[in-house]
Amino acid sequence: MSNANSEILVDVDGVEMVFRRGAEEIHVLKDLHLKVPKGEFLALMGPSGSGKSTLLNLIGGLDRPTRGKVRIGGEPLEGLSDRRLADWRARHIGFVFQLYNLVPVLSAERNVELPLLLTHLTKAQRQKHVAAALNMVGLSQRARHFPRTLSGGEQQRVGIARAIVTDPTLLLCDEPTGDLDRKAGDEILDLLQALNREQGKTIIMVTHDPHASARASRTVYLNKGQLASEPLQ
Amino acid sequence: MKFLPVIWSNLKRKKLRTTLTLLSILVAFVLFGFLSAIKQALAGGISLEGANRLVVRHKVSIIQLLPESYKARMERIPGVSAATHLTWFGGIYQDPKNFFAQMPVVPEEFLPMHQEFLLKPEEKQAWLRTRTGCIVGRKTAEKFHWKIGDKVPIQSAIWAQTDGNHTWEFEVTGIFDGKDKNTDTTQMFFRYDYFEEARIGAKGQVGWYIVRVADPAQAPQIAKAIDAEFANSPAETKAETEGAFVQAFTRQIGDIALITASIMGAVFFTILLVTGNTMSQSVRERTGEIGVLKAIGFNQGQVLGLILAESCLISLLGGVAGLGLAWVMIGRGDPTGGMLPLFAFPVRDLAIGFIISIVLGVVTGVFPAIYAMRLRVADALRRI
Repeated sequence: MSNANSEILVDVDGVEMVFRRGAEEIHVLKDLHLKVPKGEFLALMGPSGSGKSTLLNLIGGLDRPTRGKVRIGGEPLEGLSDRRLADWRARHIGFVFQLYNLVPVLSAERNVELPLLLTHLTKAQRQKHVAAALNMVGLSQRARHFPRTLSGGEQQRVGIARAIVTDPTLLLCDEPTGDLDRKAGDEILDLLQALNREQGKTIIMVTHDPHASARASRTVYLNKGQLASEPLQ
Repeated sequence: MKFLPVIWSNLKRKKLRTTLTLLSILVAFVLFGFLSAIKQALAGGISLEGANRLVVRHKVSIIQLLPESYKARMERIPGVSAATHLTWFGGIYQDPKNFFAQMPVVPEEFLPMHQEFLLKPEEKQAWLRTRTGCIVGRKTAEKFHWKIGDKVPIQSAIWAQTDGNHTWEFEVTGIFDGKDKNTDTTQMFFRYDYFEEARIGAKGQVGWYIVRVADPAQAPQIAKAIDAEFANSPAETKAETEGAFVQAFTRQIGDIALITASIMGAVFFTILLVTGNTMSQSVRERTGEIGVLKAIGFNQGQVLGLILAESCLISLLGGVAGLGLAWVMIGRGDPTGGMLPLFAFPVRDLAIGFIISIVLGVVTGVFPAIYAMRLRVADALRRI
């Protein structure tokens, strides 16, 4: 990733996102500007359908904006081919999903190993990285367990271990506590906060929960495709 | 190889579905093996030794007899180096199920003509000394536990002796082996002079002739010359190469190649649908997971490769298991008890079967793989 403009990691510049449903055009994001400095823990809040997940997808290179630019670490994403965008995601982005999205037929350690299969690491090196990631989320003892034998909180920790195993620049979390009870949710938020504070990971977290957003260093609000620094009353 | 655990785990996802698909592929390839063996037995048993030999039969049918006197006339035709005759005996040993071919021959002519039959010199001498002597192929000798010196009664449905008795007794004077595994060693040959003297009718009549030509390239012209020699006679002939003769014989059953190809076409088309449906279902159920793989950095080619590898693995597992099982079952020998002496699974067909299993994997996997490859990540993640 380029070092230019290094204090700003995520630069969303005049982004618009339009979906078509038949003849109808749905403007999900409208001339949206957002800058996220490196090392920030940003919470993105807003009502359902406000475009939070769409914005997260654009920042993560999962989708392309109708207009405007997304730059990560100074690198514009619009010029990358699908193949190069996939390689870029593998190197720079860690995703944490609301429903964990683990592969049910793979053990915890195999799930965490998945992103490493795309690297040139040897089996021994991959195992070392997987062990370190699982240790970081406190699940070393559950490495051989399959998702169905893990609690929701444990599954989300495996999801976080999978997201951080390649040491990505940016963690994108889409309602990471949305499917968990308060206790398990707090544990996940503790973990994200620790990753931000101790390892300097930049985190963007979509959430509905003010309790979760209180853990972030900044919160922005999205309503009808536009950003605001205060929630809409 | 590092993706193999992921591919293998996906196959174990729905164990019953995978097992049933594997079994259907396995059964198809066992059937492929048996049909190949039947085709080999009926149409493929033409020895290279027969390349310089013609078969001359009655123009009307193989069951019509020809005069013994034709031999000398054939040998006078330019390009013919030798001729000898055989006659269908149609005998039964103890039980009609114990089928094997028996034919009276002239040993001094027959053995030099058929060098694919390997007989020890002392056994050949014993046969020439013994008027009721016979030589038997190794397979038949082992099947009935016959040994040199045994007297074996054979009952002929066609030929009676002068006393009206249909049971003929022969003494085993030799047991021959085949020069290669395509040589039929189920047959039995006995002396024509004994047969000619003892039979009640059709004296001086023989079944068909084997004619050796000096130059195999001239075989078609010599066949025409032989047929021309006996044209407009009471017993016109039909001369053809051994290969054409065997193929004409099997055509009485039907076009074996077409029949087997049709059956296999239908079977593999059905398997294509079954396996293709399994793969499509399996991939659609995993749309969300494919989205996750793409989100964490798997590119389109890698997703395509994963799905294709999965369909090829399932097809190869079923195919190799089916071909292996067919190989073992066919290796146990002719299931008809003698009707198909050359019943064997040709190595060439085994290799073709292996290639078919790979092609099956690619064809059944290609459409689900393209579907998975083209999935937009954001759309796929919404389907979880």
